[in-house]
Amino acid sequence: MLYALKIATRYLTANKAQTALLVTGVAVGVFIFIFMSALIGGLAEFILSRTVGDISHVTIEAEFDDPPLLISPRGHVLVVAERGRTRTATLTEAATWLPLIEAVPGVKAVSPQITGAGFLTRGAQVAQVSVTGVEPGRESAILDLDGYMVEGEARLGSGLIVLGRELADDLALTIGQTLRVQSANGVTAALTLSGIFDTGNGGMDGARAFTSLSTARTLFAMPQGVTRIEIKLGELNAADATAQRIRAMTGLDAVPWTDGAEQLMEALNAQAQTGYFLKTFALITIVIGVASALLLSTYRRRPEIGIMRAMGAGRRFVIFVFVAQGALIGLMGGVTGAALGYVALLPFPSRDAFEAGTLPMDITQGSYGLAITLTVIGAILASILPARSAARVEPVTAIGQ
Amino acid sequence: MSALLEVRDLFKTYGTGDTATRVLRGLNLRLEAGEMAALLGPSGSGKSTLLTILGTLTKPTSGSFVMLGNDMIAAGDKELTDFRNAHIGFVFQFHNLLPDFTALENVVFPSAVREGRETPAARARGRDLLTRMGLADRINFPTANLSGGQKQRVAVARALMNSPELVLADEPTGNLDRASAMQVMDLIGQINRDEGTTFLISTHDDKIAGLCQRQIVVGDGVVTG
Ligand SMILES: Nc1ncnc2c1ncn2[C@@H]1O[C@H](COP(=O)(O)OP(=O)(O)O)[C@@H](O)[C@H]1O
Ligand SMILES: [Mg+2]
Repeated sequence: MLYALKIATRYLTANKAQTALLVTGVAVGVFIFIFMSALIGGLAEFILSRTVGDISHVTIEAEFDDPPLLISPRGHVLVVAERGRTRTATLTEAATWLPLIEAVPGVKAVSPQITGAGFLTRGAQVAQVSVTGVEPGRESAILDLDGYMVEGEARLGSGLIVLGRELADDLALTIGQTLRVQSANGVTAALTLSGIFDTGNGGMDGARAFTSLSTARTLFAMPQGVTRIEIKLGELNAADATAQRIRAMTGLDAVPWTDGAEQLMEALNAQAQTGYFLKTFALITIVIGVASALLLSTYRRRPEIGIMRAMGAGRRFVIFVFVAQGALIGLMGGVTGAALGYVALLPFPSRDAFEAGTLPMDITQGSYGLAITLTVIGAILASILPARSAARVEPVTAIGQ
Repeated sequence: MSALLEVRDLFKTYGTGDTATRVLRGLNLRLEAGEMAALLGPSGSGKSTLLTILGTLTKPTSGSFVMLGNDMIAAGDKELTDFRNAHIGFVFQFHNLLPDFTALENVVFPSAVREGRETPAARARGRDLLTRMGLADRINFPTANLSGGQKQRVAVARALMNSPELVLADEPTGNLDRASAMQVMDLIGQINRDEGTTFLISTHDDKIAGLCQRQIVVGDGVVTG
């Protein structure tokens, strides 16, 4: 069949202008395919990074233990509960689980936390606050605290507290000032404001405070364990599988971010569907273009096909000559279109530097290999009809005028 | 001499009903190995039709056709394709060569399509044949740049590529001037004498027919002389 390939190549090179036009047409289709892939992929990436980039991908929260039930000898049920104290559920074994969770493939960062509610007081002013105690060194493991700092440092140490911009403004606090924090457990501590962050999220900037894990331990009277473990993954889509894996391994209630994010997932799915739809159209255009061009070529070459058949070329040989032309056109158009697509995507900012107002094109999601493969397959399928029509040319055609 | 081929009671009708053209009507013909025969008859008498049937390019409406001991009527497309490739060469009046290929590539085609590639041996034979046809300086010429006489000589060389027993030529000199026509006929005569290849050449030119040992005349759908 090497010989049929030679003939196919010659047919294509014999009519350079026509072949160039056809290859260009295919390349444009491939270009659109790649552009759509990069746009849809980049858009999804952009939306996800905006919505879930700063949140935990898998979260383990302590479950409240049911109060122990005791059955008295007289048949009464006794509920044992402490009075007058806020019950706090804890993950007492956290220290044991952390290294195991960190070793799970796909886990990028793990942040054990103690969270609780409290009041900030400075002079006569009081503000409600939600305190998160994180391990020093892991301040930016989940939320990019470091990236959001507008004053001071994210670094948390003993006796230090980091607040959101709104909260700091409300209390007219500046860096280095001391404020009192009273936890819901009734513990009070004097902390120094060491940093102010601004995430742009009002709920966060107006009501969140970060302290070190040990400060939070004191505040919430929790000598061991944590209330929450937040886990960041390298791959957002792996959250469900990773959460399940952690559940199976530790028995803890690991919840992926996708729980409760159905609407977002639906929107992203719809967007992906639109992308498939447009890409399918690009492929159909390629198939129709190649099929019509080759069909025209088989009509023009009928006498030659007749001669080849008279000289002993079988039907399969003729089919191969035309299918090979289709495959070559698909390959050339596919590679050209992929190269053009790549070059056209180069000026767009990389996925880490997307800016609002520009198209969030992701050059790494161009699906170049897929585009070329599908184009070659499409072009081969497109050539089947013309090839069969060519193979039906009777050898007697050779003798006609 | 032994029979190379024999057709008996050959009928060929084009179309059906009122528009049916009954071209061959019970034609009988036997060709001996090594013959050089002219096929004569007025235009429309069925010369081309007979050649396409003998060349297995089309089937008769009815009749028998045996060549080299094979029943050519019963054979299927694949068998006929391979048979043509090995045993029959063609020279046509029109559309003779593949226009996008060189003279040598055209000559080598019957071998290459069988072998799946252009073998060095086939190329060497192709060069030999073209040289014998007086085209040594045109071997790698694109056929589009050749004159009518040169094209027909390339076609003769190609017909001989696989050393067939039979070469069918349908008015091979019909489009040529007298000098080129004579040159082509000369070369055909040489091959016939040197290699014993059987030629059947249709023509309506008595001078060309006179160069052949035997004249077969068709008329009214049968051989009349
Ligand atoms: N494919 C065809 N369909 C219908 N009629 C045909 C066809 N080929 C040839 N004929 C008719 O058959 C007759 C014989 O044609 P042909 O064999 O070409 O004769 P010749 O070669 O002697 O001129 C003519 O009348 C021609 O019109
Ligand atoms: Mg004729």
